[in-house]
Amino acid sequence: MRHGKYPFIIGFLAVPVALYATFVVAAYIQTFQLSVASWSGFGPIKYVGFDNFVKLWNDDLFWKSLRHNGYLLLLLPIVTIALGLLFAFLLNVGGGSKGGMTRGVWGSKVYRVIFFFPQLMALAIVAVIFGRVFASDKSGMINGLLPDSWAPWLFLADERWALTCILVVLVWQAVGFYVVLFSAGMGSIEHEIYEAAALDGATRVTLFFRITLPLLWGTIQTAWVYLGIAAFDAFALINIMTVDRGGPDGATSVLAMMIYRNTFEYSQVGYASALGVVLFFLTLTFAALTLRVTRRDAV
Amino acid sequence: MTTLTAAVSEKKSQKKVEIHRQVRAFNGLAHVALVFWALVTAGPLIWVLLASFKTNTEIFLGEPFSLPASFSLETYVSAWDQAHIGRYFLNSVFVVAVSTAGTMLFGSMAAYVLARYTFPGNRVLYFLFVSGLAFPTFMALAPLFHILKNLGLLNSYLGLILVYIAYSLPFTVFFLAAFFRTLPHEIDEAATVDGASHTRKFFQIMMPMAKSGLVSITIFNIVGQWNQYLLPLVIMQGQGADQKWVLTQGIANISTQAGYHAEWSTLFAALTLSILPMIVVYAIFQRQIQAGLTAGAVK
Repeated sequence: MRHGKYPFIIGFLAVPVALYATFVVAAYIQTFQLSVASWSGFGPIKYVGFDNFVKLWNDDLFWKSLRHNGYLLLLLPIVTIALGLLFAFLLNVGGGSKGGMTRGVWGSKVYRVIFFFPQLMALAIVAVIFGRVFASDKSGMINGLLPDSWAPWLFLADERWALTCILVVLVWQAVGFYVVLFSAGMGSIEHEIYEAAALDGATRVTLFFRITLPLLWGTIQTAWVYLGIAAFDAFALINIMTVDRGGPDGATSVLAMMIYRNTFEYSQVGYASALGVVLFFLTLTFAALTLRVTRRDAV
Repeated sequence: MTTLTAAVSEKKSQKKVEIHRQVRAFNGLAHVALVFWALVTAGPLIWVLLASFKTNTEIFLGEPFSLPASFSLETYVSAWDQAHIGRYFLNSVFVVAVSTAGTMLFGSMAAYVLARYTFPGNRVLYFLFVSGLAFPTFMALAPLFHILKNLGLLNSYLGLILVYIAYSLPFTVFFLAAFFRTLPHEIDEAATVDGASHTRKFFQIMMPMAKSGLVSITIFNIVGQWNQYLLPLVIMQGQGADQKWVLTQGIANISTQAGYHAEWSTLFAALTLSILPMIVVYAIFQRQIQAGLTAGAVK
């Protein structure tokens, strides 16, 4: 029966492993190699030890970008999960009780379909749309809605608010997905639990904090990981929407943007790779922390 | 005794009325919140649609949701002819069709072998694939670019497709391996006894049994690859690359061009053209799409 097992295994694994090794594994390994080199992308590679990391340590833009990534990493999950939970709860438990059954609000299906749609749109297209929504003159959707007597809001052109605009767009796109995800989770919570609590006189708010939230904890943790990974990215938004791609004056610069510009615009491949290595360890730390929390929960 | 029961029942009915009133108020508030978010979600899209029929003057009037003075498809013709939105769209369709098919074929082959055959190195390979989930794509931009350059695959559909497949493998393998593991071993053994080869077993028995998992992950990959922006940006550059751009790149470029020439309505028409097909597809398959995209998180 064992006959032919190994040729089959090798035959099935050859192409996927070759593709993966060539384009993914090799690329990641070379990132580490190049992070200790000085290379413009052409000619010989010169190894310079940890010079790139020293330069990075002294680079103000790096620290600024790191802070921006941190801002997104903290706020994107919190805001998105809070809104996602709120709307999912309203959709599922919001309705009155009829014949002892708690129903979802009227039209909950329609809401869900609308909320979810932005998730399907490419971040690049969302970026182009919101670049116009936030336009700083009357052609922008928001400035157009504001009364004529008001001075137009600058949004992306304002250093203080540009990054918040990016956060708003990320939240806008993500909320619907988590409404659907949390709705699925809430749907699997036994109705009897809610009814028993409601009979005991629990208010909706109590229901939410004492029953829904604890029972959904696992799903919320998954959401946290997903959103955390999204917060490390945001490249498409920054590249398309912001002034000077990362501006004004570095106000929206993130690590991904720095890596892209150092690679393709400043010909600082070594420096870009050093940034990549830093990003690698940041992601790893984030993943390890989250995994620890998840494992504790699984027991 | 009777008075006591009466008192209790009266108290109960009072409480019921109280709960009823509370539910009503809550329901009202719930709808306000839900309608608000539905407007926030749909608003920018409706605005884009309206603006696509407007002239530049109308766009700058500061009445974002007013109806256009006249409906003409002129802007759409120019988005199609001059801005080449049709070509970008078809490029995207072609690339995603081929790369998703490839991802599913190679991903399921690898996942199947890793999930159901024991051989030395199995765990190592599985871990190698899954570890790809933790790394952000843009970390290894520079090495990826140079690997493609050395292979002569820059600025080619083949390069883009192979890279899409390679970067989609981690999640596909992770998800499908988990799925293949749950399939019963009895049928597997019966087929072996009947003399089916390993390859035949995979295509004729295992693949049909894994259909629901395959559908979910196919949708997941189609959406993910359709929305890619960073990889095409890196790969599709050089001479004549603009002929081969995918939709996300094309739209981003039209946005930049619109800024130079102040042809905003063309941009809005292009945006509408790229979103409409998604709305149609979503309207038809919204259940499957929601299930497919959330599948990874629900697991």
